[in-house]
Amino acid sequence: MSEHVTCKELVDFLDDYLEDRLEPPVRRRFEEHLDACPPCRVYLDGYRDTVRLTRSLCDDTDAGPPAAMPETLIRAILDSRRRS
Amino acid sequence: MLSLVDPSLATAEDERRLIAALRAGDDAAYETLVRTYAPRLFPVARRIVASDAEANDAVQDAFISAFKSIDRFSEESSLRTWLHRITVNAALMLLRSRRRRPEQRSIDELLPRFEANGHRVDTGGGWSTAAVEGLEREEKRRLLTRLLDELPDDSRTVLVLRDIEERGTAETAEVLGITPGAVKTRLHRARQALRTLLERELSE
Repeated sequence: MSEHVTCKELVDFLDDYLEDRLEPPVRRRFEEHLDACPPCRVYLDGYRDTVRLTRSLCDDTDAGPPAAMPETLIRAILDSRRRS
Repeated sequence: MLSLVDPSLATAEDERRLIAALRAGDDAAYETLVRTYAPRLFPVARRIVASDAEANDAVQDAFISAFKSIDRFSEESSLRTWLHRITVNAALMLLRSRRRRPEQRSIDELLPRFEANGHRVDTGGGWSTAAVEGLEREEKRRLLTRLLDELPDDSRTVLVLRDIEERGTAETAEVLGITPGAVKTRLHRARQALRTLLERELSE
């Protein structure tokens, strides 16, 4: 990685940055870039929001109103057991 | 008997009774199981396969598999967790058995572009956090399902397994038959692509 982190390098290693897997000197260079580059800050916020949004759906088997299942499908599942 | 309305309200004793009835071959217990869980497993399958019809097939496959293995069900996990896992596997199997959708876009067009010197080509945009927080849970689920459909199968499955199902990198690699390094790369690219799709949807 170059002495000054570029936008591309920042994006390439964004997940390592967010998961705190970068060595401290590299992390500092990332933060210097973020301080100087508003578009990369916006990009980082959006990436973080994206991960947060997907993770918020991690266990919704019991959440919310269940999907309406066609009665024909319920019957087909039950019939498949009787046939086996 | 287990509540038909909300399985999270069932007690451990309700569940033990249901499992015993299933193992005894009680038709009513099987009907309770299917009517209680099938509607809740549908969204789990739907995130992995790309149509409602395929999700219905995956749920059906999952129950057929569960019926065959109910005697081997270890009560260390809940029925819900067990069925959830079987459904994910059934959906992945179905996805693998179907031909790749020909209309799938390349993920590259959803990734940020850079000049040769590493600077951004487009400065890009974002969205307000309030735009996401203002969505009801069901709206978020519908939005995400719709956007996940726009990703190629190999990107979508990695994203679902790692970020929604919360499987580890090694387990995801094993399930998909790829290396842990490939899981990391695909996940990062899939998150970037989903970010682009969310930006198009949510930016003002």
